[in-house]
Order: sequence, then C-alpha cells, then structure tokens
Amino acid sequence: MNPAKQETGRLRYNGAQIIVKMLEKHGITRVAGIPGGASLPIYDALTESPIEHVLTRHEQGAGFVAQGMARVTGVPGVCMACSGPGATNLVTAVADAHLDSIPLIAITGQVATPLLGTDAFQETDTYGVMLPITKHNWMARSAEELLEIMPEAFRIATSGRPGPVSIDVPKDVQQQFVEFDEWPELGLADPLPQPQADDIEKMLKMLNEAKRPMLMIGGGITHSSCADDLVEFAEQHSIPTVASFMGLGNMPSSHPLFLGMLGMHGARYTNMVLEECDLLIGAGVRFDDRATGKVSKFCPQASIIHIDIDESEIGKIKNPTLAIQADVGATLQICIENSTPVQRIDWCERVAYLKQHFGLDFANSKGIFQPYNLLQSLANITDEQTNIITDVGQHQMWTSQVFPFQRARQWISSGGLGTMGFGLPAAIGAALAQPERLALCISGDGSIMMNIQELATAVEHDLNIKIIIMNNNNLGLVRQQQTLFYGARHHAVNSRRGTNFVALAEAMGAKGFDLSNSSDPLNTLQQVMQEPGPCVVNVNISEDEMVLPMVPPGASNSEMILEQV
Amino acid sequence: MNNTVLELKVKNHPGVMSHVCGLFARRAYNMEGILCLPMKDNSHSKIWLLVNEEERLNQVIKQTNKLEDVVDIKHHVKVDEHVFSQLEELFGVS
Repeated sequence: MNPAKQETGRLRYNGAQIIVKMLEKHGITRVAGIPGGASLPIYDALTESPIEHVLTRHEQGAGFVAQGMARVTGVPGVCMACSGPGATNLVTAVADAHLDSIPLIAITGQVATPLLGTDAFQETDTYGVMLPITKHNWMARSAEELLEIMPEAFRIATSGRPGPVSIDVPKDVQQQFVEFDEWPELGLADPLPQPQADDIEKMLKMLNEAKRPMLMIGGGITHSSCADDLVEFAEQHSIPTVASFMGLGNMPSSHPLFLGMLGMHGARYTNMVLEECDLLIGAGVRFDDRATGKVSKFCPQASIIHIDIDESEIGKIKNPTLAIQADVGATLQICIENSTPVQRIDWCERVAYLKQHFGLDFANSKGIFQPYNLLQSLANITDEQTNIITDVGQHQMWTSQVFPFQRARQWISSGGLGTMGFGLPAAIGAALAQPERLALCISGDGSIMMNIQELATAVEHDLNIKIIIMNNNNLGLVRQQQTLFYGARHHAVNSRRGTNFVALAEAMGAKGFDLSNSSDPLNTLQQVMQEPGPCVVNVNISEDEMVLPMVPPGASNSEMILEQV
Repeated sequence: MNNTVLELKVKNHPGVMSHVCGLFARRAYNMEGILCLPMKDNSHSKIWLLVNEEERLNQVIKQTNKLEDVVDIKHHVKVDEHVFSQLEELFGVS
C-alpha cells in the first residue's frame, strides 16, 4: 500500500517527506549536505526523490556549495546538516549569505522534542544560533507546521532583499505522519515595491540640475537583474559609474563610463572622482564602511539619492537627500522612459583626465608571477562565460581591482563577511549549477587550506574547476596590515613550512601544476584551462606584494596609501 | 531620559521574544523596559517596548518592522510611559 494515500483520499506524509516534497515542488533539483543521526529521516525521504544530494566533506563546504549555486543563478540554494556540530558547522556559510543577501535555505536536524533542553547528545540551540544571522528562522514543532514553514522559507528567502533562512527540525517531527487534503501553495517572492511617480520626478530634476553626477552600484543591481537597465540609464544621462565590491560585473568593465571599484582598495582616480561629484546616486547599495571610508568625509560635495528595496538601509549610514524605497530595476526603467539623452562633456572629460593620470599602478616587470600580470593572463585565456570565484585575502582584492568582469553574476566572492575558505566550495556550487561554464577559483595559500577537503568533492563530481593558488606562504593581507600599521612586526602570518599543493592535489585525485616548474608558464596556464576535471595550479608570488592603494581603516577615502613601503 | 514606547503586534510563538530582544541587543539599541501579553485571539501577542533612542528611533522602527514575526508597530507618544512608571512601584524598583 502506498503510505502516502489513505483510503479517505487524503494525503499522508511524515515531516521528512514533506520537507523533501516541498523542495521538489519549489524546483530544487540539488541539495548539499552531510547526514547525521538527527537528520536520517530526511535522508531516508531523499532516497525516494529525484533531488540529487551532493555529499561534501564538511558542513561549511555544504553551505558554500549551496551559496555558489545560488550566487550564479539567483535561485535559493539548499544545504542540510545534522544537529549539534553539523548545524554549527553551517553557521559561517549562513552568516556569509546574510551579509551578502544570498537566498539560502539551511535545514538542520535536531534532537527529538522530548529531549529538547536536556543537553542531549548533539543538541545545540540551533534556533538561537541561527536567529541573528538569518532573515528569519524556525524550529518546526510539528509535521503540520512544516506545510506552512516550507513555502514561507522560499517566500522570505527570495522576497525583497534576498537572504538566508533556516529551519530546525527535531527528529520526531521528521518522523511524525500528518494527513492533509492538498499541498500548500508555493512560496513566491512578494511583489516588488514600485517607486512613487513624484519621487522619480524629483530624482530626474536633481539629476538634470547636477553638473557632476555619479552612480554607485551595488549587489542590489545583481539581485534585481537589471544590469542592462543600469547601463542604459548611465549612458542616457552620461553618468560615470563606480561599483561596490558586490556590484562588480553589472556594468562591463570595458564600458567607457565604468570607473571600477570604489573604497578601501579602489583606484586613486575612482575615489578622487567621488570627492568631486555633486550628486551621488546609490543604486542597490548599503554604504558599507569598506566602500565609503570615513562616512562624514564621503562625497563631501554631493547630494545623495539612495535607491534600495530594503527600507531599513535608507538612512542607516548616510542620510540621503532623496530616498526611494523600491526595486532598483523598476526605478531605473521608469527613469529611462521619462528622460531624454544628456551629454556631459566637461564632466566626462574631467573624469577621463583623472582616469588617465591617477589609474592603478601596473608594475609589469615581474612577468606572470606578479599578481596583476597573472590576473591579466587569466583574463586573456578565459572568456566572459567563465565564472570567477575567489577566496578572501590579497588575491581577492587584486582580482576585484583589475579583473575585467563583463556580466552580472560572473563575479562570485565573499564580500560582507569576508570568509576565507569560501572559494573552493562556492566554485563547486557554481560548476554544479552551470556545468557549461568554467569555474575559475582564484585563491591564496591561506584561504585554500580552510576548505581544502572539498577538493575531494570536486573530484568525485569531476567538475570543471581550475584553482589558481597565489602562494606567498603568508596570510598576505594580514601581513600587509602589520607592515603598514604595526611597524612591520610580522607575527603569526607566515607558514614556515609551505604545503606542496601539487602533491596535495594529486593525493585527492585532482591534477596539480606548479608554474615555477614550467619553462613556459603562460602556455602551462593555457593547457590547464583545457584539461578536463579539477586542476590546482600553484603560483609563487612575493610576500612583499601589497594591495594598493589602501585606505587605512577608519580614514577617509582621500587619505590613500599609494606606494609600497 | 527621552523614553518612548513602541507597541508591537507580534505572532505568538516561542521564539518571538528572542527575535525582538536579539535585534535590540545586536544592533545596540537601548531598551529600558519590556511588557508582553498574549492577545485574545491567542495567535498574537502585544509587546510594549520602552525605548531610549532619540536619534536612531526611525532606524529602530524600520529594523523592528523587518522582523517577520512583527505584524504591526506603533510609536506611542509620551503619555504611555506612565504605564511603566506605575509598574515601577509594583515591581519594587521605584
């Protein structure tokens, strides 16, 4: 007898089956996770489901695999873990999704309800732990509740500003059967808030009166999928455009109006232009301190228009002259429809002058072992179909500075939380979700070791992942700060005995390469890109290389450190 | 003291107080007092928060309103503070 169908015609499922069925109904085809005692009923339900389960080697890896899938597609990623250590291992990936507004659904097993609060084996207060790092979270108290929670999870994760949600499910709730007449409706994103007509009028009036307007674009453009509208709007009004870290890719870096990333590691001219602008339109940004520097000194001459879907972002850091709480894509579209092209010859000439004289300093003498040159070579031998995933550190900042991103969602990196160890599992997620695209993971010797176990996962799935390790045998960005701000007293940043990454790759079944052993490193790099399956490439770089310019933490963006000490 | 009262209508379930108090703690908003009682329908509760936040009150309201369990939020004018001052005696803290 089919347990799902009662003679009464009612549906009958247990909590675990409800979770899995609801994932299926919401279009989920793949989840990442690690099973454990308290989540076994869910895994039992998965055996009857077409959903593919990607077994990672650590739950944090599962969280970032799910994030990688979500970041390249915009569709919620789903990760699973057991109670206790399984759940706490997910925490970093969930917190990371929270700060970068990534739709993620974390499902955790929990000890059975009679044991709750007894310090039972592998019991942690997952509900309490997840609470401050999610958009919303639940502990399901009955299987019936799951019928409500599951669609809500999808609705909340995707509505407005996306974000992570978590659902903690005690084992007996997973096993509890419940009868019901029909499946609940799917959880869809709420309708997008639209701008007010008079706000658009005010915005266009301010824009028309401005002599030196600028656009600052952020992750909101990606989430709103409005990169094309953004470019059209900027062109229509001749507005030079800077991107926050999360906004990179939305305007092609080759576009004449694009001025790169602003802030702590922005090019000098980028921050100089901001000093001079008289109107700043922040579109889908949150005025993060890494972008603004000292807030009181940010864009000192400018009126501010802030467009954001999240009402609580408006006025949080910077009080705007005009606030538009709406979908940024809809706002830009209406602006485009209501404006005629404007040319700003003087302003664009001034920007071009600054760009020419105060651009990034490319030192070209050191060949491919110099970070900028390496990145340029990687850009030359890949195309815009490639997804670029980084870890966290100097390699990441160099990539954000110079990699020529051409499209939205090409750039996958941990911005807000800055999680070392993000790169490899996120690249796995990207490669699983988009097998037609090469996943190029740019990492460092520090970051890669933080989730290196997932190389085994990549090998198991034979994914098209190429990992470039910029190896300076140091925690480079920390070392750099010690050099600049702590009298060059380097401490706890040097791994005195380096890892043989070629041997390590081979031990896990991947291919390993070391550019130092190559007579023609560029040719080797090219060959690696053609190799099937996961490859690891070690590239030794100097420990003295720095990410420059750099705005000291807490200083204004005009106080940049420009030269190597 | 520049205290004001925020009146929240929230979904009544275990954890809603954690969501509200957690928000105030992690964003370092000053909360001077809290009252919570279930409403007649039993599926909602009412929470009164005595809040000491002059400059950031707008931000406090927006962030609180963002919580999924908060159905409605009202900003009461000064008079409601009397509820708290009368309670002080009852609580033995006056």
